Amino acid sequence: MTALLTDRTAEVSEGRVRAALGTVVDPELDEPITDVGFVRSVTVHGLPGRPTVEVHLRLPTSFCAPNFAWLMVSDAHDAVSAVPGVESVVVELDDHHDSDLINRGMAAGLGYRGTFGHEAEESLDELRATFQRKAHTAAMERAITALLRTDPTVDVAALTLGDLPAGERTTDALLRRRATLGLPVDAGAPVLVRDDGTRPDPAQAEMVLRRARSVRISVDGNAHFCRGLLTTRYPGSEADQTPRPEDRPLLPLTVSKGTAR
Amino acid sequence: MYSKDGEQYYVVDAHIGLWDARPENQRNIHGKQFIDCFYDYHRNLSPESEVWGYEEYLYQGGERLMRDVFVDGIVDHAIFQPARLGEFYHRGFGQTEEAFALAQAHPDKLTYNHYWDPRDGENGLTELRANAERMQLKGVKLYTADWHGESRGWKLTDPMAYRYFEACRELGIRNIHVHKGPTIRPLDRDAFDVADVDHAASDFTDLEFIVEHCGLPRLEDFCWIATQEPNVHAGLAVAMPFIHTRPRYFAQIMGELVYWLGEDRILFSSDYALWTPKWLVERFVDFQIPEDMTEYAPLTTAVKKKVLGLNAAKLYDLPVPAHLQLPDADETATGPREPAAADLATA
Repeated sequence: MTALLTDRTAEVSEGRVRAALGTVVDPELDEPITDVGFVRSVTVHGLPGRPTVEVHLRLPTSFCAPNFAWLMVSDAHDAVSAVPGVESVVVELDDHHDSDLINRGMAAGLGYRGTFGHEAEESLDELRATFQRKAHTAAMERAITALLRTDPTVDVAALTLGDLPAGERTTDALLRRRATLGLPVDAGAPVLVRDDGTRPDPAQAEMVLRRARSVRISVDGNAHFCRGLLTTRYPGSEADQTPRPEDRPLLPLTVSKGTAR
Repeated sequence: MYSKDGEQYYVVDAHIGLWDARPENQRNIHGKQFIDCFYDYHRNLSPESEVWGYEEYLYQGGERLMRDVFVDGIVDHAIFQPARLGEFYHRGFGQTEEAFALAQAHPDKLTYNHYWDPRDGENGLTELRANAERMQLKGVKLYTADWHGESRGWKLTDPMAYRYFEACRELGIRNIHVHKGPTIRPLDRDAFDVADVDHAASDFTDLEFIVEHCGLPRLEDFCWIATQEPNVHAGLAVAMPFIHTRPRYFAQIMGELVYWLGEDRILFSSDYALWTPKWLVERFVDFQIPEDMTEYAPLTTAVKKKVLGLNAAKLYDLPVPAHLQLPDADETATGPREPAAADLATA
């Protein structure tokens, strides 16, 4: 047992910590903070066998919304704390208008309400849920539009998950986001759904898809802008960004009719 | 007036500022953070030839503003939309007296809009009445994420805000420019959400609500409320410069706005001094939705003329020469305006 513990602590490497941070998502952009370059540094130090991990996060502007900043910082703290062998964790947000507030709150374990005081009512659960819904809506639009590009005659209102090309990235991405929301993932489940998960009337299908498209454009546009602003603010941070995954191609979109992507 | 290929465009820059962010005016670190954020926007989205040095970005003054905004006679009229930011800057960010004096000196070229804040309570209402008379206000700029003592944000639906809207109605201040920001109380919810605009616009149908940055970063929420409220408009501040760095994204923004709002409720803005209007107007007149984006109809010359100036001129009663005026589009009052153009959504 002792030997095992020693082995474990020895394995607390920067790579392991970064992998854990890869599970932390920017809710607005629906992307891991590691992909968009928000992780500024990871250091593992401390006494042998008692590793302390220090993580610094950075955002595209000083005025990124503090509630989203808090979500990412606290999620990062949770994710790194769960890495086997990690003894203590310090996650700090750099260069933000609420850096002092958030970093103090995290260090003292005050939680969201303890940190933000009168500005916090209950929790950030609803905020998180709102953006999980948006992430699903955008994924739904990408999957349907990809299909429409190959076959403009598709009956969108009648589509079920089984009609989507299996193994396609857009399909897999949609299934993952449905699972997050607790929506059914079986072949017979309708693809086009409203925010509450129900299938719209066929007469409403066009509107629901158009609205979903505006969500997708918004999410993709914000991702594009935030990535760019980060590299303006922190020269060299391009090296810490990985391209947005294939299941959500960044602009330019491949939109010529009849070409599958 | 801008002319290109035999077409004339009456141009209104619906959002400019005269700010002072120099160190001596910065009250604390947030004053520096705020202007640095603007400067990064500027550097990130401008063509190389249009990028300014940091020092000159901090403050421009009236003379330079007149040169920058009205260079080559392209812009016919511009409207000040000041932000107070009294917690970040000793004398505020927007320079009220300097901008107002400039507007008085050039009434044909400039309109001064002021701001109010419901957290100023009864005193603020008195001040609004005095300002309306002294400044002959036709519009106001509201920034919901302005800090104010313990508070870092407010909503258009706050009871005191309704008192101010009632005063606006009474004082003939018809144009309400709304700019959402990152903080609001409670922080439990999305501060950028524009749902409060929906309520205010429904309750004050005789006021016009211009949502700046067309709701970005919540374009989707904005489009959804704007399609249902005929008195909600899209201001293109901050969206415009995407025309250079991300033209396909800009095409999608324009495509969405025309689809959900129609062509009569979109207003061009440079957001000076974030950017300068000349290059934006030139690019916009040359701009077209890429052919492969078949989900959007092309932008016609008439649409461009309306966006560049005619729509704002209507809201502010600006004297547009008769031969440049255009009739409103024959469009539905609510709901999507161009459903037929949505080929990829025909279910």
